[in-house]
Amino acid sequence: MDVIELHGAMVFLGRFPALAGVNLTVESGEIVALQGANGAGKTTLLKLCAGLLPLGSGSGKVLGHDLFTEQQSIRRSVAMLGHSSGLYEDLTARENVIFWAQASGLDKATAHERAENAIKRMGVEERLLSLPVSRLSAGQKRRTSLASLTVRRPELWLLDEPHSGLDQDGREAIDSFIREVVSVGGTVVIASHELDRVSSLSPRIITVAGGITLENEDQ
Amino acid sequence: MKQFMHDLLLVAKKDLRIEIRSRVIINQVVPFALLVLVLFGFALDADQKTLRAFSPGLFWIAVLLSLLLAIQRSVSLETANDSLTGLKLAGLSPVAIFFGKSVAIFTQLVFLEIFLTGGIIIFYGSVIEDPTLWVVAGLITALAVSVTGTLYGALASGLEVRETLLPILLLPVLAPVLIGATKAYSGALGETVSNGWQWTGLLSLFALIAATLGSLAYGVLVEE
Repeated sequence: MDVIELHGAMVFLGRFPALAGVNLTVESGEIVALQGANGAGKTTLLKLCAGLLPLGSGSGKVLGHDLFTEQQSIRRSVAMLGHSSGLYEDLTARENVIFWAQASGLDKATAHERAENAIKRMGVEERLLSLPVSRLSAGQKRRTSLASLTVRRPELWLLDEPHSGLDQDGREAIDSFIREVVSVGGTVVIASHELDRVSSLSPRIITVAGGITLENEDQ
Repeated sequence: MKQFMHDLLLVAKKDLRIEIRSRVIINQVVPFALLVLVLFGFALDADQKTLRAFSPGLFWIAVLLSLLLAIQRSVSLETANDSLTGLKLAGLSPVAIFFGKSVAIFTQLVFLEIFLTGGIIIFYGSVIEDPTLWVVAGLITALAVSVTGTLYGALASGLEVRETLLPILLLPVLAPVLIGATKAYSGALGETVSNGWQWTGLLSLFALIAATLGSLAYGVLVEE
């Protein structure tokens, strides 16, 4: 099953065509890495796939939902980790994860249960859970962000530079998380500058340049 | 409707929990508002009789200036780490987010009004002759400025100079509220013969229109 299908997809930021006719197919259970220079369109492509940017022209489906007409359904089914943590700095790590669980429509009891499981799964240290997020390290914040997204049990993960700003342990934790997601049937699209890092995770690397995608045939 | 109330209360509780945790309202906004009252006293260099006559207007100017701080805090909660994108992806209704954030600001303003009421009684020697009108007009005005402020906060949030632009955009729109609330409070203090309840009725109408427009426009603004 194709999780992402884009045909001639264009996205305009104002009058500027940030994506200029992207063709992309991603199958269920795949890890796909997007690489390219700053401003090439990687983040725009991820936001399009998350239903956060409108499709200007072309056609596309994400998880079977049309990008033109079913953006809300797409949003509820994907997780996107962007450059920012998405966390509230004055809330604790545990409060953040529970909030995002409840925001996704879960009742209080289920939200608490899933939050505790997600926190354990992401390895956020127990002693840090009662601290405001503002006092956590970059690595612990990233783990908390992923725990906040995990509670929603998304089918498609869109990760924008997930390794940036992390130490070696943090980077390995992200890698093992991505492998775990795929092992249980999830699909991951990663945008990254770090070709060495992502090539160890994914046999399929796609270059984004000038708003279009180029499949790397030699991978 | 059940899901809407769940989302609304979730956002409101989250914002209030952050405000209680950060103590910005108690450590910064309330002292700022009280300081405004004291500085007006110095600036007017007036006796208590004159200050009592001006106290309704000074009260609401202090509230509106403090509102700007509360709105900017409310906006920055969602923009600092791009949490707004998370709210969109979680599928929360924009209308529920709008009213949730408005409820949080409304609660903070009511808390602030309690301190300011104490402020004008202590500093200006004001006496509230119609406490019911005072409370009802205070609640309705807080509602009107909360929903309007939340809407304009979202409008300014996409702009790079929002801290300086928000007062320029918001304060002229709130001028009718300032006039109505001042007249209502003048009536409650017995300073004028104006019918405070009629002004309170007009404030209710403003609150209703602002809430309706806000619920319609907020989703469009946060999508932009």
